[in-house]
Amino acid sequence: MSTAITQEQIQLVVIESLQTFGADPEDIAPGVTFEALDIDSLDLAELSQIVHEQFGVELKGSDVAEIKTVEDAVKLIAARA
Amino acid sequence: MSSSNGREGCALVTGASGGIGSAIASALGADGWPVGVNYHAGEAAAGETVRRIEDRGGRALAVRANITAPEESELLFATLEEHFGRVLVLVNNAGVRSDDLAISLSDSDWGCVIDTNLTAAFRTTRRALRGMIRERFGRVINIASVVGPRANAGQANYAASKAGLIGMTRTVAVEVARRGVTVNAIAPGLIETDMTEDLDGSLMDAVPARRAGRPEEVAACVRFLASEQAGYVTGSTLYVDGGLGA
Repeated sequence: MSTAITQEQIQLVVIESLQTFGADPEDIAPGVTFEALDIDSLDLAELSQIVHEQFGVELKGSDVAEIKTVEDAVKLIAARA
Repeated sequence: MSSSNGREGCALVTGASGGIGSAIASALGADGWPVGVNYHAGEAAAGETVRRIEDRGGRALAVRANITAPEESELLFATLEEHFGRVLVLVNNAGVRSDDLAISLSDSDWGCVIDTNLTAAFRTTRRALRGMIRERFGRVINIASVVGPRANAGQANYAASKAGLIGMTRTVAVEVARRGVTVNAIAPGLIETDMTEDLDGSLMDAVPARRAGRPEEVAACVRFLASEQAGYVTGSTLYVDGGLGA
């Protein structure tokens, strides 16, 4: 499983999800914080669901509380995949 | 008219073998929703509800599940998702009573009522919200009671569960409002059902309308809250009580 999922695939899903949640595509970059993108806790809960459906990775509430940037999210998901 | 508005999904009514639940399931079926008719013990009544919906051209499925058991609650959702797709309208209707004065109320009578009326409703709500927020549409309708906001001697457990349901309604409504998901409560008063037939007849004197309500009158309110037109109504409690709580 871990060899099948690339960091690029994860990044694509995360970025598409953030756009669905209303983030401006031009503002999305690895180091940008969710706060700056106006991404809130409900958005991150939904991102957890999407990640679970797409990659089988389960993110707990405590995990989500730790991630602050797009890059944080991608790295955490990649580490669990 | 089809309030399901062509959406891919279904309605779930818990405790739909009883008087109010059956009327709600029928009303949602008439509005075009495929309906999950959940029951625990009333298999024949649930089957009758399904037949009534199907006779009118609707779709329905009776699913037995004790919703106080987490694994049965999960299986209920999985079954409906397989047949009809996501649950987009959830009516937490299942409820029990086990009355006694607080001084005599046993732990098991307390726990049983809280588990069924409140905890199980939270569990089904949490489960349904996952699909609803992805769909950007959902309707959670909690059948509370006028007892909770109002006192009723002998029902400390029931009142606590129903007041809890109203509190849960408000908070969850705020959490998911921006996803097009509404969460509301309905607070019926004295309604003609098997569950109320043993109640003291003098209670009717306290009802300004001087009559008991009908299950269909509760179902009509659910039908409204489940509709597209009720999209801006959330976190509210609608009293269907003939003025009892006024």
